[in-house]
Order: sequence, then structure tokens, then C-alpha cells
Amino acid sequence: MTDPILTLTGITKTFPGVRALHNVALELYPGEVTALIGENGAGKSTLVKTMTGIYQPDAGEIRVGGNVVTLPTAISASDAGITAIHQETVLFDELTVAENIYLGHAPRNRLGMIDWKTMRREAQQTLDSMAAGIDAGIPLKELGIAKKHLVAVARALSVDARVVIMDEPTAALSQKEIEELYVLVELLKKDGKAILFISHKFDEIYRIADRYTVFRDGEMVGKGFIRDTPQSEIVKLMVGRSVDQIFPTRAATIGAPVLEVTGLSHPTEFENISFSVRKGEILGFYGLVGAGRSEVMQAVFGMTEVSGGTMVLDGKTIAPRSPADAVEAGIVYVPEERGKQGVITGEPIFKNVSLPSLNKTSSSGFIRMAEEFALARTYTERLDLRASSLSQNVSTLSGGNQQKVVIAKWLATLPKVIILDEPTKGIDIGSKAAVHEFMGELVSQGLSVIMVSSELPEILGMSDRVVVMREGLMVDTLDNNNLQPETLVRLAAGIAEEKAA
Amino acid sequence: MTDFPATGRQLPDRLDKPLKSAVLSWESLLVLVALAIFIANSFASPYFLNEWSLSDMTFNFTEKALIALAMALVIITGEIDLSVASIIALASTMMGVALGMGADTPVLVMVGVGVGILCGAFNGFLITGLKLPSIVVTIGTMSLFRGIAYIVLGDQSFKGYPASFSWFGQGYVFWVISFELMLFVIAAIIFYVLLQHTNFGRRVYAIGNNATAARFSGVRVDRIKFVLFCLTGLMSGIAAVLLTARLGSTRPSIAEGFELEAVTMVVLGGVSILGGSGTIIGVVLAALIMGLVTFGLGLLNVPGIVMSIFIGSLLIVVIALPILFRMWRQRRA
Repeated sequence: MTDPILTLTGITKTFPGVRALHNVALELYPGEVTALIGENGAGKSTLVKTMTGIYQPDAGEIRVGGNVVTLPTAISASDAGITAIHQETVLFDELTVAENIYLGHAPRNRLGMIDWKTMRREAQQTLDSMAAGIDAGIPLKELGIAKKHLVAVARALSVDARVVIMDEPTAALSQKEIEELYVLVELLKKDGKAILFISHKFDEIYRIADRYTVFRDGEMVGKGFIRDTPQSEIVKLMVGRSVDQIFPTRAATIGAPVLEVTGLSHPTEFENISFSVRKGEILGFYGLVGAGRSEVMQAVFGMTEVSGGTMVLDGKTIAPRSPADAVEAGIVYVPEERGKQGVITGEPIFKNVSLPSLNKTSSSGFIRMAEEFALARTYTERLDLRASSLSQNVSTLSGGNQQKVVIAKWLATLPKVIILDEPTKGIDIGSKAAVHEFMGELVSQGLSVIMVSSELPEILGMSDRVVVMREGLMVDTLDNNNLQPETLVRLAAGIAEEKAA
Repeated sequence: MTDFPATGRQLPDRLDKPLKSAVLSWESLLVLVALAIFIANSFASPYFLNEWSLSDMTFNFTEKALIALAMALVIITGEIDLSVASIIALASTMMGVALGMGADTPVLVMVGVGVGILCGAFNGFLITGLKLPSIVVTIGTMSLFRGIAYIVLGDQSFKGYPASFSWFGQGYVFWVISFELMLFVIAAIIFYVLLQHTNFGRRVYAIGNNATAARFSGVRVDRIKFVLFCLTGLMSGIAAVLLTARLGSTRPSIAEGFELEAVTMVVLGGVSILGGSGTIIGVVLAALIMGLVTFGLGLLNVPGIVMSIFIGSLLIVVIALPILFRMWRQRRA
């Protein structure tokens, strides 16, 4: 067996309030693809940034070809032979393909000027050897995302990188383009590069990876050879418990309808949306990204104006014109974009929690700090918020804990309907379970929950009923009774059953 | 789920705040600067350390500082109002018109304050109703309001305000304490309480830190911004009454450059020009410092143009300092 090209040992990286990586080890071998697997927030991105000189580890050692290196800058990482192809690859649209490939290491002529002819010729040779079908002379902006990936790979070949990191390279690609990428990965393997392949998709991992390393909550929890390991075992490593236990069983009794929405329409985003959510019920909203689910919810929350339709809450017709109106009526919304719309970064936890409830914690408009702290403590502790004090700035909390602050803020308003938009997107697995468990608790106390989610397991594991949306229209409302994931995917994508075969 | 204990842990309100952070605050730095300038002034001129000199000194900043109090709130929400000096010009002109129509003191005051509020409401409507950026709107109304004053007045001026009206700008409540100074102290206390101890103030900070998240949290962002622009209009109207009463006349060029000095006071007082942070105490200290400096330079017979250079430089320095400090800290981290 060959020695690894790149070895990481004992890498630790801490941010205020978050331990992103703890004593992590990783080896990459020449001519092999190692898959880095982990849930969102497991520390994969932090590790990539540590390997490419963007973050400095607090502790640990990086060895390239047996020699200890430090990577204080992105350039030093590139000099050490480590290159990364990101989800959104960093290339320059206005430059030509050849210039992008040779940026920073262009061939020079005797006068020390860039030798354009040689550069163009060599760039074309590299591209042709990859069968890329790209003219090195055209501006990069004329290429699609898949071709840009090819340019990035050509660049990796031209700088003679020894380690190539591919961070979810297939995220924006079509199936055909993905196949082309696989061919490239094989090419890189044959060339003796060590490849770190980050992906959420198991079919990809099993298709091209030789080894795997699993991260969970910033720690390396397992590694091995892909061909010796069944999927279920990797999933188990990722989540730290067997899969069927992830979602809590709920014992909520479902009552009468609380919120009834009829024919809700928007000039451009959605049309004729009707649904109702009952007391003690979790109503799931499933659809592809861009199906208009968030837009419907923001309209219900009074954030956007509607062009038609009615909303009835507890028998009373409501027409919220602002979120403030919706909150007063008893509808609250936990947005998907936590950092931009959810928490007020720069302010402490207690101020975030009390903001919508200030009228309750004050007397004739004057703040009463003791009551404010008491309110914040009650609700953050119910959610088991991890923080050092209630005065800690929310920007120093992890994503999961920020989400708990947002939820605590809304629970303090004693809402009737709580809308959760992708509630567990990008948060660590522990907080994810806590949020799921808490949703169960909410409905058992008689709240109504609307959950927008793009994650099938979450939709199937949590919802009582599921509304499926596609392209701004409601496709169907289904009881979550032996509901098959394939059914939801088919409805969301608009594939007719008979054509599916 | 071993890492998730079922028992809730007690979260303290706050960790013990070290005395260090209080000592090292921007406000305590301002106190030191104010003391240093005070001492320097007393050495620079034998006429400085005299209760009437000091009382005169306060006239250098009270009118601008009254506006700065409201401006601080506007800037904390991430907006700005550059039309304040032109509001003074228009309010003062309208008082002159009212005077010409035979109005007496109470009516004059009502006209001045009323025009101020109306101008502020006009700004507020353009910014929150039509969603225009405040810097563009108030640069526009800066020309608009003063332009109306020029049309009404031409190259003339209004004179002959009654003595009872002049008292607002020239009178003393007791000993050396002028009406202007007393009004400023009361207004400063009101604004301090409003910003630090009310729901309204809490929402102002929330908007400045993240207006989108504040709106998503049920804060009526537009309503609060509208009120704030009315408030700067009101304070400008009050300043117009004081200034007109003090000068005893109205010219269309009245209060030129006040907006710059008010903004400088706010920023020097530690309010972030990007919004979200700052205190009234800092603004009051900054007003005092600017008053001391201009008065000190005046005692030394430094010409007005040099003072203008000083104000401009000060504005750049206080905006640049926090940014440089942050860059320095990031490099160390």
C-alpha cells in the first residue's frame, strides 16, 4: 500500500461558541478518491477551508508528502499542491479560458512577459487531453457551470496539484454533466492525484469513491473502504444512531381546523392555494426548490401582499398586512434564512427573544429587564439552548442554537400557528433532533405546525398530512399514511405515473 | 442522545461584566478628551474660566445638539437626515411670514415647530411610503426646503421679532443657565430614556442591526422610521425657534452647515454610521467637545474657515477610527 500524500492529524478549530473541528484526522492517497461524508454542520467545510489556507487550525499538523507544512494563505496551499474545486468555483468570468487556467503561473518569454502563444497552446492541449471540447481562447463567461468545472479541473492539472478537493461538484449539474465529471475524476486518479470528494449523494459516493471518512459534530467518527461497507453503516456513523429512531413518535390528538386558507393567490409567485391546518397537527409542505412554498408562507405571515384569497383563523377572517399583524393574530414564521431574517445578529439572546413580546415584558412602554430575562430564560431553557449567558451575542451561537433562539422568540408570543420554513436546514444533527422532538411537543400542547421542508425523511417522519406544491400551484394534499417517498417526488417533479416507467 | 441532558440548565442573565469594559468604553474616552480640551482652553485664554464665558460657550452647540439627539436615533436605524439645516431655514422663514401677518410669540413658536414636523413627515413619507433611500431623499429636500426659503425671502431678511420671542434664544432661566441649555438638558434626558429604557428604543436598535429580521420579528419598521423622521423634523423646528430668537432675524442662509455638525456630533459620540449601536450619553459628550473646541478656537481668534476644516477632518477621523480598529483586531486574531 502506498503512503498518503496528505495527512492531517489532531486538527482542532474553534469559533466563538462553536467547536467546529475536534482532533480530526484525514489521509488522502495518490490515485484514490476519498469521500468526506457528514451531515450539514459536521465540519466538512471548515476542514476544506483549513486545507486551503483560509482558516488556521488551533492545533494539529498538516503533512504533504511527509513534510509538515503550514498554510497561512490560499497561495501557500496552492504552492503545496492543494487545490479545491468548489460548489461555486472561483474563476474569472471576464478572462479567457486559457488565462483562467494559467492565472498566477503563466508561461513567460525571455523578456519576462507572458508568452500568450505558449499559454494558449498548452491550455488547449490540457483541455483536449480531457476531451473537454472547450476553446481555450473564448471568455469564461460563455461557458455553462459544467464546463466551468472542467476549466477548474484543467487548472488543477496545470498547476500540478497533488491534492484535489471537490466540494459538492455535482450540486448544480445535470445527469449527463455528472457522467462527464466522473470521467474526469477517473482521469485525475490515473494521473496519481489524491482526491477528496465531498457529497451528500450516496449513489455518487458508491460510484466513484475508494475510501470514506465520516464526520459528525466536528469529529472523525469512522473511515474505511467503500467496497467493504454497506450504506446503512455509513448512515449510522453519520447520525450516530440507527435511522429509524431519528423521528420522535407523537401522541398529539388532532382537533378542529385552526387556520383555513382558501384560494390564496399572488400576482407572480403562486395561485389558488387552499389548505387548512388543524389543532395539534403538523402539516408538511413539500416541493422542489422554487415551487413557491416559502412565498405562500410569507404571504400568510403578512410579509408579502396577496392578490386574492381568504384566511380564517379560529373562525375569524384575517388579512395580515405586516408580520406585526400576523403575530398579533397568532401566526408566527420561522424563516429559512436564519442569519438574514431570523435572528438579529449583533444583539444578545435575551433581546432577540423578547423583541416580539416587548409589550408583555414592559409597563406602559418602559422596559422591565427582570421580566425580559425571565421570559427569555423560560423559553430558551425549554429548548435546551447552549449558551454561556442570556447576554451572549447571537452571532456567536451555532446555527442550531440560533434556530432555537428564533423558535423561543415565537413561543414567547403564545402563537396558535407556527410556520417552520426548512427548520433544520444547515444545523447540526443534535439540534436537528431537538427541533424535531420539540415540534412533537408543540403539537401535543395543541399548537398547529406548518412545516416547509425539502428533506423527504423529515416530511415523512414528521407530518400528519403533506401538501405538495409545484411551480406555484398546489398539486395535492395527502394523508401521511403509508405514504411513499416516490409518490411525493413524482408529484413534486410533475412526472405522471404511467410515464414514470 | 447522551450529549443532550433532559434537565434544563440555568442560563445566567449575564456573565460578570468586567469593570474594564466600562473603563475602556468610547464614552469614557470622550470624557477624557472633553477634560483635556477644557484644561487646554483654560490655559489658552484667561477669559475662559468664567461662568459667563462658559455659559456663552453652550450657545455654540445647543441648537445643533438638539438636532443631533434625534439624528442619533435616525442613524442608529441605519438611515440619515441631511435636510435638518434646510428645515430650520424653511421653519424660520415661515415664522417670518407669520410675523409679517401679525402673529405673536405663541403663534410664531407653533409655526416654527409645526413646519419642522411637516417637513419631517414629508421626508418620512418619501422614505417609508415610497421606499426611497433616505440619503437621496434628504439631499433632495435639503435643496427643496432651502430653495423655498430663498424664493420667499430673496435677498431680504425678516427682522423685528418681539422681545418675548427673543427670550427663547437669549433668555436665562436662572443665574447663567440659559433657556437653550435647560431645554437641551431636558431633551437629552428624554431621548436617553426613550432610547435606553423603552420598547421604542429597543426596536430602534433592532432595526439598525437587521431591519429585515426586525420586520420578520413583528416590528413595524416603516412606522418607527416615519416617527423618527418626524422627530428630527420636530427637533429642527425647535432649533429654528431658538436660532431665530437668538439671531433676531431670518435670512435664507440661516443654519447653513448645521447638518454636517449634527452628523459629526452623532458619529463622534460613538454611533455607528452603519447603524445598530450608539448611546445618547456619547452624543451629549460629543456635543460638549465640539462646543469646547469651537469656543476655544474662537477665543484664540482662529478664523471660521479653519473651524470648518477642523469639523470636516474630525468627521473623517471618527468614521475611519472604528473601521481601522476593527481591521487591526482582525489582523491580530
